[in-house]
Amino acid sequence: MTVDLETITIETFARQWRAGQISAVELTDHCLRRIDAINPRLNAFTLVMAEAARQQARQADRDLASGTDLGPLQGVPMAVKDLIDIRGTPTTAASLVRKGHVAREDAPIIARLREAGAVFIGKTNLHEFAYGATNEDSSFGPTLNPYDPRRSPGGSSGGSAVSVATGMALASLGTDTGGSIRIPAAACGTVGLKPTHGEAPTEGIVPLSRTLDHAGPLARSVLDAWLVYRCLVGSPAHEDWNPRPARGLRLAVLRAYFCDVLDPDVRSRFEDVVEGLREAGARVTEVEFPDVDLVTAVFPFIQASEAAAYHARTLEAVPEQYTRPVRLRLELGRYILAEDYVRALKGREVLRQGLEAVLSDHDALVLPTIPVPAQPLGAEWVVVDGSKHPLRPLTLKLTQPFNITGHPAISLPCGLTSEGLPCGVQLVGGYQQTEALLGVALACEDQLGG
Amino acid sequence: MSIEAWLEAAIADAERRGLPELKPLLEALARAARTLRAADFIDDTRRPS
Repeated sequence: MTVDLETITIETFARQWRAGQISAVELTDHCLRRIDAINPRLNAFTLVMAEAARQQARQADRDLASGTDLGPLQGVPMAVKDLIDIRGTPTTAASLVRKGHVAREDAPIIARLREAGAVFIGKTNLHEFAYGATNEDSSFGPTLNPYDPRRSPGGSSGGSAVSVATGMALASLGTDTGGSIRIPAAACGTVGLKPTHGEAPTEGIVPLSRTLDHAGPLARSVLDAWLVYRCLVGSPAHEDWNPRPARGLRLAVLRAYFCDVLDPDVRSRFEDVVEGLREAGARVTEVEFPDVDLVTAVFPFIQASEAAAYHARTLEAVPEQYTRPVRLRLELGRYILAEDYVRALKGREVLRQGLEAVLSDHDALVLPTIPVPAQPLGAEWVVVDGSKHPLRPLTLKLTQPFNITGHPAISLPCGLTSEGLPCGVQLVGGYQQTEALLGVALACEDQLGG
Repeated sequence: MSIEAWLEAAIADAERRGLPELKPLLEALARAARTLRAADFIDDTRRPS
Protein backbone atom coordinates (compact mmCIF):
# COMPACT_ATOMS: atom_id res chain seq x y z
CA MET A 1 0.00 0.00 0.00
CA THR A 2 1.41 3.39 -0.99
CA VAL A 3 1.43 6.32 1.41
CA ASP A 4 -0.11 9.53 0.07
CA LEU A 5 1.88 12.25 1.81
CA GLU A 6 -0.26 15.02 0.29
CA THR A 7 -3.39 13.96 2.13
CA ILE A 8 -1.92 12.14 5.12
CA THR A 9 -3.56 12.72 8.49
CA ILE A 10 -2.44 11.93 12.01
CA GLU A 11 -4.75 8.97 12.08
CA THR A 12 -3.54 7.50 8.76
CA PHE A 13 0.11 8.15 9.63
CA ALA A 14 -0.34 6.40 12.98
CA ARG A 15 -1.56 3.26 11.22
CA GLN A 16 0.89 3.31 8.32
CA TRP A 17 3.88 4.03 10.56
CA ARG A 18 3.07 1.11 12.81
CA ALA A 19 2.64 -1.07 9.71
CA GLY A 20 6.16 -0.13 8.59
CA GLN A 21 4.97 1.73 5.46
CA ILE A 22 6.53 5.09 6.36
CA SER A 23 8.95 6.45 8.94
CA ALA A 24 8.60 9.52 11.13
CA VAL A 25 11.77 10.90 9.51
CA GLU A 26 10.22 10.56 6.05
CA LEU A 27 7.10 12.42 7.14
CA THR A 28 9.07 15.18 8.88
CA ASP A 29 11.34 15.57 5.84
CA HIS A 30 8.24 15.82 3.66
CA CYS A 31 6.83 18.63 5.84
CA LEU A 32 10.20 20.42 5.84
CA ARG A 33 10.32 20.26 2.03
CA ARG A 34 6.81 21.74 1.94
CA ILE A 35 7.99 24.53 4.22
CA ASP A 36 10.96 25.23 1.94
CA ALA A 37 8.68 25.35 -1.08
CA ILE A 38 5.65 27.19 0.31
CA ASN A 39 6.63 29.26 3.32
CA PRO A 40 8.63 31.92 1.44
CA ARG A 41 5.39 32.86 -0.34
CA LEU A 42 2.93 32.62 2.55
CA ASN A 43 5.07 33.57 5.58
CA ALA A 44 3.36 31.17 7.96
CA PHE A 45 6.40 30.42 10.16
CA THR A 46 8.39 32.70 12.42
CA LEU A 47 10.88 29.91 13.14
CA VAL A 48 11.53 26.58 11.41
CA MET A 49 13.11 24.07 13.78
CA ALA A 50 14.39 21.71 11.10
CA GLU A 51 17.30 20.04 12.88
CA ALA A 52 15.49 19.64 16.21
CA ALA A 53 12.48 18.22 14.35
CA ARG A 54 14.63 15.69 12.51
CA GLN A 55 16.20 14.62 15.81
CA GLN A 56 12.78 14.18 17.41
CA ALA A 57 11.58 12.19 14.38
CA ARG A 58 14.67 9.94 14.50
CA GLN A 59 14.03 9.37 18.20
CA ALA A 60 10.40 8.47 17.48
CA ASP A 61 11.48 5.91 14.89
CA ARG A 62 14.04 4.43 17.31
CA ASP A 63 11.50 4.30 20.15
CA LEU A 64 8.87 2.54 18.09
CA ALA A 65 11.42 0.06 16.74
CA SER A 66 12.41 -0.79 20.31
CA GLY A 67 8.80 -1.28 21.37
CA THR A 68 8.06 2.10 22.98
CA ASP A 69 4.67 3.12 21.59
CA LEU A 70 3.59 6.50 22.99
CA GLY A 71 0.29 6.67 21.13
CA PRO A 72 -1.15 8.39 18.08
CA LEU A 73 0.84 11.66 18.24
CA GLN A 74 4.23 9.98 18.35
CA GLY A 75 6.32 11.08 15.37
CA VAL A 76 3.70 13.59 14.16
CA PRO A 77 5.07 16.94 12.88
CA MET A 78 3.23 19.80 14.57
CA ALA A 79 3.48 23.58 14.34
CA VAL A 80 3.04 25.86 17.35
CA LYS A 81 1.68 29.41 17.44
CA ASP A 82 4.51 31.70 18.41
CA LEU A 83 3.04 32.83 21.69
CA ILE A 84 3.31 29.39 23.28
CA ASP A 85 6.55 28.58 25.12
CA ILE A 86 8.81 25.85 23.76
CA ARG A 87 11.86 25.64 25.97
CA GLY A 88 15.03 27.07 24.45
CA THR A 89 13.25 28.94 21.64
CA PRO A 90 12.00 32.55 21.39
CA THR A 91 8.35 33.28 22.11
CA THR A 92 7.92 36.43 20.07
CA ALA A 93 4.13 36.90 19.99
CA ALA A 94 5.03 38.47 16.61
CA SER A 95 6.04 41.66 18.39
CA LEU A 96 9.24 43.67 18.73
CA VAL A 97 8.22 44.14 22.36
CA ARG A 98 9.29 40.51 23.01
CA LYS A 99 12.65 40.80 21.24
CA GLY A 100 15.29 38.70 23.01
CA HIS A 101 12.85 36.50 24.90
CA VAL A 102 13.75 32.82 25.10
CA ALA A 103 11.46 30.37 26.90
CA ARG A 104 13.06 28.59 29.86
CA GLU A 105 10.35 25.92 30.12
CA ASP A 106 7.77 24.24 27.94
CA ALA A 107 4.21 25.45 28.38
CA PRO A 108 2.23 22.60 29.98
CA ILE A 109 0.45 21.83 26.69
CA ILE A 110 3.84 21.56 24.96
CA ALA A 111 5.15 19.30 27.74
CA ARG A 112 2.14 17.02 27.21
CA LEU A 113 2.72 16.85 23.47
CA ARG A 114 6.44 16.23 24.00
CA GLU A 115 5.61 13.38 26.36
CA ALA A 116 3.34 11.96 23.65
CA GLY A 117 6.24 11.98 21.19
CA ALA A 118 5.10 14.85 18.92
CA VAL A 119 7.67 16.47 16.63
CA PHE A 120 7.82 20.28 16.84
CA ILE A 121 8.55 21.48 13.35
CA GLY A 122 8.35 25.22 13.91
CA LYS A 123 6.59 28.22 15.37
CA THR A 124 3.91 30.03 13.44
CA ASN A 125 3.16 33.64 12.64
CA LEU A 126 0.25 35.44 14.28
CA HIS A 127 -1.41 38.79 14.64
CA GLU A 128 0.78 40.71 17.09
CA PHE A 129 -0.03 39.53 20.63
CA ALA A 130 -3.04 37.72 19.12
CA TYR A 131 -4.90 41.04 19.10
CA GLY A 132 -6.42 40.97 15.64
CA ALA A 133 -8.27 38.67 13.25
CA THR A 134 -6.25 39.13 10.04
CA ASN A 135 -2.56 38.34 10.77
CA GLU A 136 -1.58 41.58 9.03
CA ASP A 137 0.02 43.31 12.02
CA SER A 138 3.07 41.18 12.81
CA SER A 139 6.72 42.03 13.31
CA PHE A 140 7.40 39.24 10.79
CA GLY A 141 5.08 40.70 8.16
CA PRO A 142 1.66 39.37 7.19
CA THR A 143 0.78 35.74 6.61
CA LEU A 144 -1.02 35.17 3.30
CA ASN A 145 -3.98 32.95 2.47
CA PRO A 146 -3.03 29.82 0.50
CA TYR A 147 -6.25 30.00 -1.54
CA ASP A 148 -5.48 33.57 -2.67
CA PRO A 149 -2.30 35.25 -1.44
CA ARG A 150 -3.86 38.69 -1.88
CA ARG A 151 -6.14 37.83 1.02
CA SER A 152 -5.80 37.38 4.76
CA PRO A 153 -5.71 33.84 6.19
CA GLY A 154 -7.72 35.08 9.16
CA GLY A 155 -6.21 35.35 12.60
CA SER A 156 -4.85 35.55 15.00
CA SER A 157 -3.66 31.94 14.54
CA GLY A 158 -3.23 32.53 10.80
CA GLY A 159 0.18 30.88 10.50
CA SER A 160 -1.10 27.82 12.34
CA ALA A 161 -4.03 27.47 9.93
CA VAL A 162 -1.85 27.95 6.85
CA SER A 163 0.69 25.38 8.07
CA VAL A 164 -2.04 22.72 8.28
CA ALA A 165 -3.94 23.75 5.14
CA THR A 166 -0.78 23.42 3.04
CA GLY A 167 0.62 20.25 4.60
CA MET A 168 3.62 21.99 6.19
CA ALA A 169 2.46 20.34 9.43
CA LEU A 170 -0.13 17.65 10.20
CA ALA A 171 -1.63 19.71 13.01
CA SER A 172 -0.91 22.92 14.86
CA LEU A 173 -1.66 24.70 18.09
CA GLY A 174 -3.50 28.00 18.27
CA THR A 175 -5.18 30.21 20.80
CA ASP A 176 -8.66 31.67 20.64
CA THR A 177 -9.83 34.76 22.54
CA GLY A 178 -12.58 35.93 20.19
CA GLY A 179 -12.33 33.37 17.41
CA SER A 180 -8.59 33.17 16.71
CA ILE A 181 -8.57 29.41 16.09
CA ARG A 182 -11.94 29.11 14.38
CA ILE A 183 -11.69 32.18 12.12
CA PRO A 184 -8.42 31.19 10.38
CA ALA A 185 -9.55 27.56 10.29
CA ALA A 186 -12.64 28.65 8.35
CA ALA A 187 -10.70 31.05 6.11
CA CYS A 188 -8.12 28.37 5.23
CA GLY A 189 -10.34 25.28 5.03
CA THR A 190 -9.14 23.38 8.10
CA VAL A 191 -10.73 22.09 11.29
CA GLY A 192 -10.23 24.32 14.35
CA LEU A 193 -11.30 23.48 17.91
CA LYS A 194 -11.76 25.79 20.87
CA PRO A 195 -12.33 23.50 23.87
CA THR A 196 -14.31 24.52 26.94
CA HIS A 197 -12.63 27.39 28.77
CA GLY A 198 -9.90 26.17 31.12
CA GLU A 199 -9.68 22.60 29.82
CA ALA A 200 -6.31 23.05 28.10
CA PRO A 201 -3.99 24.94 30.44
CA THR A 202 -2.87 28.38 29.26
CA GLU A 203 0.18 28.73 31.50
CA GLY A 204 3.27 29.37 29.41
CA ILE A 205 1.19 31.17 26.79
CA VAL A 206 1.39 34.94 26.30
CA PRO A 207 -2.09 36.04 27.38
CA LEU A 208 -4.43 38.38 25.56
CA SER A 209 -7.41 38.28 27.90
CA ARG A 210 -7.04 35.68 30.63
CA THR A 211 -10.74 34.96 31.14
CA LEU A 212 -11.41 34.68 27.39
CA ASP A 213 -8.24 32.88 26.24
CA HIS A 214 -8.42 29.25 25.10
CA ALA A 215 -5.78 26.95 23.61
CA GLY A 216 -6.66 24.30 21.06
CA PRO A 217 -5.74 22.44 17.88
CA LEU A 218 -6.07 23.07 14.16
CA ALA A 219 -6.07 19.90 12.11
CA ARG A 220 -7.02 18.26 8.83
CA SER A 221 -9.93 16.28 10.26
CA VAL A 222 -12.16 16.08 13.30
CA LEU A 223 -10.51 12.82 14.32
CA ASP A 224 -7.08 14.48 14.27
CA ALA A 225 -8.40 17.43 16.28
CA TRP A 226 -9.75 14.95 18.82
CA LEU A 227 -6.40 13.19 19.11
CA VAL A 228 -4.56 16.47 19.77
CA TYR A 229 -7.30 17.76 22.11
CA ARG A 230 -7.10 14.65 24.28
CA CYS A 231 -3.37 15.15 24.69
CA LEU A 232 -3.74 18.87 25.48
CA VAL A 233 -6.19 18.17 28.28
CA GLY A 234 -3.92 15.52 29.79
CA SER A 235 -5.92 12.48 28.77
CA PRO A 236 -4.19 11.04 25.67
CA ALA A 237 -6.36 8.82 23.51
CA HIS A 238 -5.36 5.19 23.51
CA GLU A 239 -8.80 3.85 22.71
CA ASP A 240 -10.36 3.82 19.23
CA TRP A 241 -12.89 6.46 18.37
CA ASN A 242 -16.43 5.18 18.54
CA PRO A 243 -18.33 7.28 15.98
CA ARG A 244 -22.01 8.08 16.33
CA PRO A 245 -24.32 8.50 13.34
CA ALA A 246 -25.79 11.84 12.22
CA ARG A 247 -29.23 10.22 12.39
CA GLY A 248 -30.98 11.27 15.57
CA LEU A 249 -28.68 14.18 16.42
CA ARG A 250 -30.57 17.08 17.96
CA LEU A 251 -29.19 20.22 16.36
CA ALA A 252 -30.25 23.81 16.90
CA VAL A 253 -29.88 26.47 14.21
CA LEU A 254 -29.45 30.05 15.37
CA ARG A 255 -30.81 32.63 12.94
CA ALA A 256 -31.32 35.93 14.80
CA TYR A 257 -27.99 37.79 15.16
CA PHE A 258 -26.00 34.89 13.66
CA CYS A 259 -27.54 34.95 10.18
CA ASP A 260 -28.44 38.64 9.98
CA VAL A 261 -25.43 39.57 7.83
CA LEU A 262 -23.95 36.78 5.70
CA ASP A 263 -22.16 36.83 2.38
CA PRO A 264 -24.54 35.17 -0.13
CA ASP A 265 -22.13 32.30 -0.83
CA VAL A 266 -21.55 31.74 2.90
CA ARG A 267 -25.32 31.70 3.43
CA SER A 268 -25.76 29.28 0.58
CA ARG A 269 -23.09 26.86 1.87
CA PHE A 270 -24.59 27.09 5.35
CA GLU A 271 -28.07 26.27 4.09
CA ASP A 272 -26.57 23.31 2.18
CA VAL A 273 -25.11 22.08 5.47
CA VAL A 274 -28.41 22.36 7.32
CA GLU A 275 -30.24 20.57 4.52
CA GLY A 276 -27.58 17.85 4.33
CA LEU A 277 -27.83 17.21 8.05
CA ARG A 278 -31.61 16.98 7.85
CA GLU A 279 -31.33 14.51 4.99
CA ALA A 280 -28.87 12.46 7.05
CA GLY A 281 -31.52 12.11 9.73
CA ALA A 282 -30.54 14.85 12.19
CA ARG A 283 -33.41 16.64 13.92
CA VAL A 284 -32.76 20.31 13.18
CA THR A 285 -34.77 22.99 14.96
CA GLU A 286 -34.50 26.76 14.96
CA VAL A 287 -33.87 28.43 18.31
CA GLU A 288 -32.93 31.80 19.73
CA PHE A 289 -30.01 32.65 21.99
CA PRO A 290 -31.50 34.89 24.71
CA ASP A 291 -29.92 38.35 25.09
CA VAL A 292 -27.43 37.63 22.30
CA ASP A 293 -27.45 41.30 21.30
CA LEU A 294 -25.51 41.93 24.50
CA VAL A 295 -22.49 40.08 23.10
CA THR A 296 -21.02 43.06 21.31
CA ALA A 297 -21.50 45.18 24.43
CA VAL A 298 -20.01 42.67 26.86
CA PHE A 299 -17.02 41.44 24.87
CA PRO A 300 -14.93 44.63 24.44
CA PHE A 301 -15.09 45.55 28.11
CA ILE A 302 -13.68 42.21 29.18
CA GLN A 303 -11.15 41.74 26.40
CA ALA A 304 -9.76 45.27 26.27
CA SER A 305 -9.55 45.68 30.08
CA GLU A 306 -7.69 42.43 30.61
CA ALA A 307 -5.36 43.04 27.66
CA ALA A 308 -4.54 46.54 28.87
CA ALA A 309 -3.72 45.27 32.35
CA TYR A 310 -1.17 42.84 30.93
CA HIS A 311 0.42 45.41 28.59
CA ALA A 312 0.33 48.52 30.78
CA ARG A 313 4.04 48.58 31.60
CA THR A 314 5.28 48.17 28.05
CA LEU A 315 2.67 50.58 26.71
CA GLU A 316 4.33 53.16 28.96
CA ALA A 317 7.92 52.09 28.37
CA VAL A 318 8.12 51.13 24.68
CA PRO A 319 4.87 52.12 22.94
CA GLU A 320 6.65 52.57 19.61
CA GLN A 321 7.54 48.88 19.53
CA TYR A 322 3.89 47.88 19.02
CA THR A 323 2.30 48.04 15.59
CA ARG A 324 0.03 51.06 15.56
CA PRO A 325 -3.33 49.19 15.22
CA VAL A 326 -2.50 46.83 18.09
CA ARG A 327 -1.22 49.65 20.27
CA LEU A 328 -4.51 51.50 19.72
CA ARG A 329 -6.60 48.46 20.73
CA LEU A 330 -4.52 48.08 23.86
CA GLU A 331 -4.71 51.77 24.71
CA LEU A 332 -8.49 51.62 24.41
CA GLY A 333 -8.65 49.25 27.35
CA ARG A 334 -6.95 51.78 29.58
CA TYR A 335 -9.97 54.06 29.37
CA ILE A 336 -12.52 51.49 30.57
CA LEU A 337 -14.16 52.19 33.91
CA ALA A 338 -14.09 49.45 36.54
CA GLU A 339 -17.86 49.68 36.94
CA ASP A 340 -18.37 48.83 33.25
CA TYR A 341 -15.99 45.86 33.49
CA VAL A 342 -18.06 44.55 36.42
CA ARG A 343 -21.26 45.04 34.44
CA ALA A 344 -19.73 43.08 31.56
CA LEU A 345 -18.90 40.21 33.93
CA LYS A 346 -22.54 40.16 35.00
CA GLY A 347 -23.55 40.16 31.35
CA ARG A 348 -21.29 37.16 30.78
CA GLU A 349 -23.22 35.17 33.40
CA VAL A 350 -26.54 36.08 31.80
CA LEU A 351 -25.29 34.97 28.38
CA ARG A 352 -23.81 31.76 29.78
CA GLN A 353 -27.05 30.79 31.49
CA GLY A 354 -29.07 31.62 28.37
CA LEU A 355 -26.88 29.44 26.20
CA GLU A 356 -26.95 26.56 28.65
CA ALA A 357 -30.74 26.69 28.57
CA VAL A 358 -30.72 26.44 24.78
CA LEU A 359 -28.25 23.55 24.83
CA SER A 360 -30.14 21.59 27.47
CA ASP A 361 -32.43 20.25 24.71
CA HIS A 362 -29.84 19.91 21.94
CA ASP A 363 -26.59 18.11 21.18
CA ALA A 364 -25.09 21.15 19.47
CA LEU A 365 -25.77 24.51 17.87
CA VAL A 366 -25.06 24.92 14.14
CA LEU A 367 -24.05 28.27 12.69
CA PRO A 368 -21.55 29.76 10.23
CA THR A 369 -18.05 30.46 11.56
CA ILE A 370 -17.33 33.68 9.67
CA PRO A 371 -19.96 35.82 7.93
CA VAL A 372 -17.71 36.57 4.96
CA PRO A 373 -14.89 34.58 3.34
CA ALA A 374 -11.23 35.66 3.50
CA GLN A 375 -10.97 39.36 2.64
CA PRO A 376 -8.21 41.28 0.83
CA LEU A 377 -5.27 42.35 2.98
CA GLY A 378 -5.76 45.89 4.18
CA ALA A 379 -9.56 45.83 3.91
CA GLU A 380 -11.34 47.67 6.73
CA TRP A 381 -14.88 47.49 5.34
CA VAL A 382 -16.86 44.85 3.49
CA VAL A 383 -20.07 45.16 1.47
CA VAL A 384 -22.68 42.46 2.06
CA ASP A 385 -25.98 42.54 0.18
CA GLY A 386 -25.37 46.20 -0.72
CA SER A 387 -24.65 47.34 2.86
CA LYS A 388 -21.23 48.38 4.11
CA HIS A 389 -19.95 46.85 7.37
CA PRO A 390 -16.76 47.37 9.39
CA LEU A 391 -14.78 44.18 8.80
CA ARG A 392 -13.23 43.55 12.23
CA PRO A 393 -16.41 43.40 14.34
CA LEU A 394 -18.18 41.47 11.60
CA THR A 395 -15.38 38.89 11.47
CA LEU A 396 -15.59 38.28 15.22
CA LYS A 397 -19.37 38.41 15.49
CA LEU A 398 -20.16 34.69 15.25
CA THR A 399 -17.27 33.33 17.28
CA GLN A 400 -16.85 35.72 20.23
CA PRO A 401 -20.13 34.74 21.97
CA PHE A 402 -18.58 31.39 22.88
CA ASN A 403 -15.42 32.96 24.27
CA ILE A 404 -17.63 34.97 26.58
CA THR A 405 -19.57 31.92 27.70
CA GLY A 406 -16.65 29.47 27.55
CA HIS A 407 -18.60 26.81 25.63
CA PRO A 408 -16.66 24.47 23.32
CA ALA A 409 -16.89 25.28 19.62
CA ILE A 410 -15.41 23.74 16.50
CA SER A 411 -15.17 25.02 12.93
CA LEU A 412 -15.32 22.57 10.05
CA PRO A 413 -14.79 23.28 6.36
CA CYS A 414 -18.06 23.19 4.39
CA GLY A 415 -17.23 23.97 0.79
CA LEU A 416 -16.07 26.92 -1.28
CA THR A 417 -17.50 30.20 -2.48
CA SER A 418 -17.92 30.93 -6.19
CA GLU A 419 -14.47 32.55 -6.00
CA GLY A 420 -12.98 29.34 -4.60
CA LEU A 421 -12.57 30.55 -1.01
CA PRO A 422 -13.29 28.23 1.94
CA CYS A 423 -16.39 28.55 4.12
CA GLY A 424 -16.71 27.20 7.65
CA VAL A 425 -19.55 25.89 9.74
CA GLN A 426 -19.40 26.07 13.51
CA LEU A 427 -20.78 23.58 16.00
CA VAL A 428 -21.13 24.58 19.66
CA GLY A 429 -21.57 22.08 22.47
CA GLY A 430 -22.54 22.11 26.13
CA TYR A 431 -20.22 23.53 28.76
CA GLN A 432 -17.48 21.01 29.61
CA GLN A 433 -18.88 18.72 26.91
CA THR A 434 -16.04 19.06 24.41
CA GLU A 435 -15.71 15.32 23.93
CA ALA A 436 -19.42 15.05 23.13
CA LEU A 437 -19.15 18.01 20.74
CA LEU A 438 -16.32 16.27 18.90
CA GLY A 439 -18.58 13.22 18.56
CA VAL A 440 -21.24 15.39 16.96
CA ALA A 441 -18.65 17.00 14.68
CA LEU A 442 -17.38 13.63 13.53
CA ALA A 443 -20.91 12.51 12.77
CA CYS A 444 -21.51 15.69 10.76
CA GLU A 445 -18.14 15.84 8.98
CA ASP A 446 -19.12 13.67 6.03
CA GLN A 447 -22.24 15.75 5.36
CA LEU A 448 -20.40 19.06 5.04
CA GLY A 449 -18.81 18.99 1.61
CA GLY A 450 -15.55 20.33 2.99
CA MET B 1 -19.51 59.03 35.63
CA SER B 2 -21.93 59.60 32.78
CA ILE B 3 -21.03 58.11 29.44
CA GLU B 4 -21.01 61.56 27.85
CA ALA B 5 -18.57 62.97 30.41
CA TRP B 6 -16.39 59.87 30.16
CA LEU B 7 -16.28 60.04 26.37
CA GLU B 8 -15.41 63.73 26.31
CA ALA B 9 -12.59 63.25 28.83
CA ALA B 10 -11.26 60.15 27.09
CA ILE B 11 -11.14 61.76 23.64
CA ALA B 12 -9.39 64.83 25.05
CA ASP B 13 -6.83 62.66 26.82
CA ALA B 14 -6.21 60.53 23.75
CA GLU B 15 -5.60 63.61 21.62
CA ARG B 16 -3.25 65.05 24.24
CA ARG B 17 -1.29 61.76 24.15
CA GLY B 18 -0.98 61.82 20.37
CA LEU B 19 -3.55 59.08 19.78
CA PRO B 20 -6.34 60.83 17.82
CA GLU B 21 -7.20 57.57 16.00
CA LEU B 22 -8.68 56.36 19.28
CA LYS B 23 -11.68 58.64 18.85
CA PRO B 24 -13.84 56.24 16.74
CA LEU B 25 -12.86 53.33 18.99
CA LEU B 26 -13.88 55.30 22.08
CA GLU B 27 -17.15 56.29 20.43
CA ALA B 28 -17.87 52.63 19.67
CA LEU B 29 -17.07 51.75 23.27
CA ALA B 30 -19.48 54.48 24.44
CA ARG B 31 -22.25 52.90 22.36
CA ALA B 32 -21.46 49.51 23.91
CA ALA B 33 -21.54 51.08 27.39
CA ARG B 34 -25.00 52.51 26.73
CA THR B 35 -26.27 49.05 25.76
CA LEU B 36 -24.62 47.43 28.75
CA ARG B 37 -25.85 49.96 31.30
CA ALA B 38 -29.40 49.78 29.91
CA ALA B 39 -29.59 45.99 30.27
CA ASP B 40 -32.25 44.81 32.69
CA PHE B 41 -29.86 42.57 34.64
CA ILE B 42 -27.69 45.46 35.76
CA ASP B 43 -27.70 46.02 39.54
CA ASP B 44 -29.72 49.02 40.66
CA THR B 45 -30.15 50.20 44.28
CA ARG B 46 -33.77 51.09 43.54
CA ARG B 47 -34.69 47.62 42.34
CA PRO B 48 -36.74 45.52 44.79
CA SER B 49 -34.61 42.74 46.30
